[in-house]
Amino acid sequence: MPIPVRDDPMVDYDPSSPQVMNAFYRRLFPYRPFFLWLNQDQIPAKLFTHREFAFTLAGDVYIRYNSFHNSDEFKKELIRLNPSRFEIGPQYSARPRDRKTLAAGALQPQRRELVFDIDMTDYDEIRTCCTDKKICKRCWGYIAAAVKVLDHALRETFGFKHLLWVYSGRRGIHCWISDPSALDLNDDQRKSLVTFLEVIKGGKEQAKKVNVRGSKDDSELHPVLNDALENLKMEFVKLVLHDQDCFATERGWEALLAILPQDRDVIGNLRRDWQSDPTKSSVDKWGDLQHAVGGLKKGNPLLFKKYERAMQDVILQYTYPRIDAEVSKHRNHLLKAPFCVHPGTGRVCVPVNPELVDEFDPDTVPTVGELLSELDRAAAAENGESGSQRRTEEYEQTSLKPYVEMFEKHVAAVLRDSRGIKRAAKQESMDF
Amino acid sequence: MFRPSTRHNLPSSSSNPSLEVKVNKRQSGIGATAGPSARYPYRLNFYETPPTLDITLEEFETFAIARLRVLSQIEALSHRSLPYAQLQGAITNYTKTHLNLSSNTARNVNLDEERRKDEIGHWVLRLSFCRSPDLRARFVRSEVSLFKNRFETDDVNERSSFLKSLEFDWQVVDENEKTRYERELKLCMWEKKDDAFRNESWFKVPWYTVPDLVGSRKVFVRAGMAYVPQSLQISLVLQTYASRLEKALELTAKNLPRLDEDERLGPVIDHLASSFLSGVASADYQSPDSASAQGVVTAEMVDDVARKHFPPCMRNLYDRLKRDHHLKHFGRLQLGLFLKGIGLPLDEAVVFWRRMYGATMSDDKFNKEYKYNIRHSYGQEGKRTNYPPKSCQQILTQNQPGTQDSHGCPFRHFSPDNLSAFLSSTYPQIDKGSMEMRDILDSVKSTHYHVACTRVFELTHGVKKGEGLGGNESVAHPNKWTDRSRELEREVLERIKKKEDSDEMVVDS
Ligand code: SF4
Ligand SMILES: [Zn+2]
Repeated sequence: MPIPVRDDPMVDYDPSSPQVMNAFYRRLFPYRPFFLWLNQDQIPAKLFTHREFAFTLAGDVYIRYNSFHNSDEFKKELIRLNPSRFEIGPQYSARPRDRKTLAAGALQPQRRELVFDIDMTDYDEIRTCCTDKKICKRCWGYIAAAVKVLDHALRETFGFKHLLWVYSGRRGIHCWISDPSALDLNDDQRKSLVTFLEVIKGGKEQAKKVNVRGSKDDSELHPVLNDALENLKMEFVKLVLHDQDCFATERGWEALLAILPQDRDVIGNLRRDWQSDPTKSSVDKWGDLQHAVGGLKKGNPLLFKKYERAMQDVILQYTYPRIDAEVSKHRNHLLKAPFCVHPGTGRVCVPVNPELVDEFDPDTVPTVGELLSELDRAAAAENGESGSQRRTEEYEQTSLKPYVEMFEKHVAAVLRDSRGIKRAAKQESMDF
Repeated sequence: MFRPSTRHNLPSSSSNPSLEVKVNKRQSGIGATAGPSARYPYRLNFYETPPTLDITLEEFETFAIARLRVLSQIEALSHRSLPYAQLQGAITNYTKTHLNLSSNTARNVNLDEERRKDEIGHWVLRLSFCRSPDLRARFVRSEVSLFKNRFETDDVNERSSFLKSLEFDWQVVDENEKTRYERELKLCMWEKKDDAFRNESWFKVPWYTVPDLVGSRKVFVRAGMAYVPQSLQISLVLQTYASRLEKALELTAKNLPRLDEDERLGPVIDHLASSFLSGVASADYQSPDSASAQGVVTAEMVDDVARKHFPPCMRNLYDRLKRDHHLKHFGRLQLGLFLKGIGLPLDEAVVFWRRMYGATMSDDKFNKEYKYNIRHSYGQEGKRTNYPPKSCQQILTQNQPGTQDSHGCPFRHFSPDNLSAFLSSTYPQIDKGSMEMRDILDSVKSTHYHVACTRVFELTHGVKKGEGLGGNESVAHPNKWTDRSRELEREVLERIKKKEDSDEMVVDS
């Protein structure tokens, strides 16, 4: 069935239209690598067949506990149901679709990628360029800083290798870790890892959200946080002081003063100073603070230490990753799949290269409309050339191509490792 | 009476541990000698090799119940978010009374007896707790807390020889590596002086084997390995214990269906897990000083109390007993514990049961077989556990009655026809075809047995619908039904008496 292609190939496709999504699922979704990524093997294994998929259909109908025997069945159902988005859960102890026929408690989450979710919502109080649902290249800087810190910690500290970063389609980013050791983590272990990494805690009413120095708030930073801090100092200057100019307004600088130790002289002088010269930049204000604190070193070394630690905490509070901890703690938490289309923006949830995350611009991520237009144009061009062969994968004719290739490269690495492990296991069982 | 069951199909090696239960009628423990034996060289135990000891059914149950109480108490305590020291203190105290373990240096204690009880209880509970992931997880959590408490209160020397005996294969961090990560390792130490660092040594383990240390950032982590200082090794020990126990439980779960247990063991094992779920320690029926408030019930009085104050389940059992001069095991247990709860003292209980059995049983038989059980349920025999009366929850879910049994809850275990016949013949206030009866049967149909029972209470006590046992409380325990029923009766009597008094006064003046 041809999709209703209109005459003008530049026409906007509406991501909320069922026809558009249907065309996307039929022609563009990268089923093969997607299957391999979840399954970690060519032949359907429990990692796929016992995996939960949840679909959001039109009218906010939400259906959970779908599972599929193989990639083809998955594809058929995806096209049939035509969800506006879908999510991935864990591999269960049985097929989730058989849920109703199983004994109570027989459906237990078993393995699952370790996932992270970073969302701009958590940065609203410290970004000055956009509000609400908006995002731009500038405030993306916060996400970029978070990705770098987290990517580093997950690889260096925890030794994971197969991290897939995926743009969430609007204002955030997800990370999926496919290492076997990550898949095997139970909820307690996930929780402990997240607690280890989580630094920013507390709601609106809590000014100081970084409390990582023990009960007396006076211990040194954990070496891993210390590492992160070293990397974040640069980001802080670039992003918080220069770009976002976070302490420019009274609200901004008061927020800073509120999280410092409340010494009347130090705080009082700074406040007076800044109130008398409201045009002072954040860079200058930070300079003032450094100067004031430096002055304490001789006369009051204890207070100096206190302020020094507090300034480190300020840097962490403004730049350290703000992760949605709950998402990562439980295996059965559902997370939107890569290559879904964000229903609001129409943008595809594409992989992001963490090494180039600074250059990533959410505005340049292809939308489903653009991709379909590209297909239309390619079809028109091909119609002119008679006898040209139809390509195997349609996405290759669109700007989705580099993203799928990046994904395929990642999947190949995951598979290589999982094969190696299986071979080793086989070897072992033969020895036995 | 108790056939020994051995499992030839399972090798009892540590790779496939299973408890081999041989039940016999022996009633005392093993010989009492001081000092640790080869079987139990330490107070601490990882329970790696299953015991193949002869156990009486008595011990099988009481040892398990003792441990169950402790675990259940630990679970309850841990939900109360007490300060650490207070929590540990409470666990220590509770354990001391219910499942004490003395160290090797203790005098005048039968160490083997204590440790044998501890060990058997653990293994029996494994059988009942292996069945679902949820039960397994809760069992492991409580067991680990118990172990931790004992580990921390253990004699230092004994503890270190125990640890040595476990032969862990933890990777020791060599000097080279120690120097390479000096800065990082020091940052994770409390004591940052140089010689503290020099004297400390580290193990290297995959980070996920010590989640608590990682979560609290107490250790340095690099390339997936956590560097655990000697001083924090308890975490390693606990984690190892937990993961070994988890694996063993999964194995037991897989093998359980193949075990041909003594038919008496099955119900006991079922019962244990479900009493844990309904919170043995916390939901114990606390008789509201029955003896003082309500007065002692004598064997003579039972009949009268039964007619006026027994809830349907007990009424049914009692009527049966009166008619047949006999009740099966679980029926005796259910009714017996209930009677204890309403204030029937042990010697009166003996009289009561003797009478009820009447001529159908010889004195000899009664004394030999029944008296012991009665004394036992009063905590006067065996391990002297004072069993609490069963709650509705327990009656509803445990030991489902077979075709010949009369125990259980009529609302749950009777067919609708039988239930309405039973109710209308027992309680004149409830007519067979009445609205009320339909109400009751509807509740039963939607499995709201408590609601149905509460409604019967209201109807038979002239209590407003919804009032229940007072303050909208619904029936959750047969003894509560009886307590409230007797209380209502007393209130009525007092009112009458007051009225009489004042009438007299009027006459007098
Ligand atoms: S609900 Fe409870 S008190 Fe009522 S009959 Fe059933 S078990 Fe007995
Ligand atoms: Zn912005």
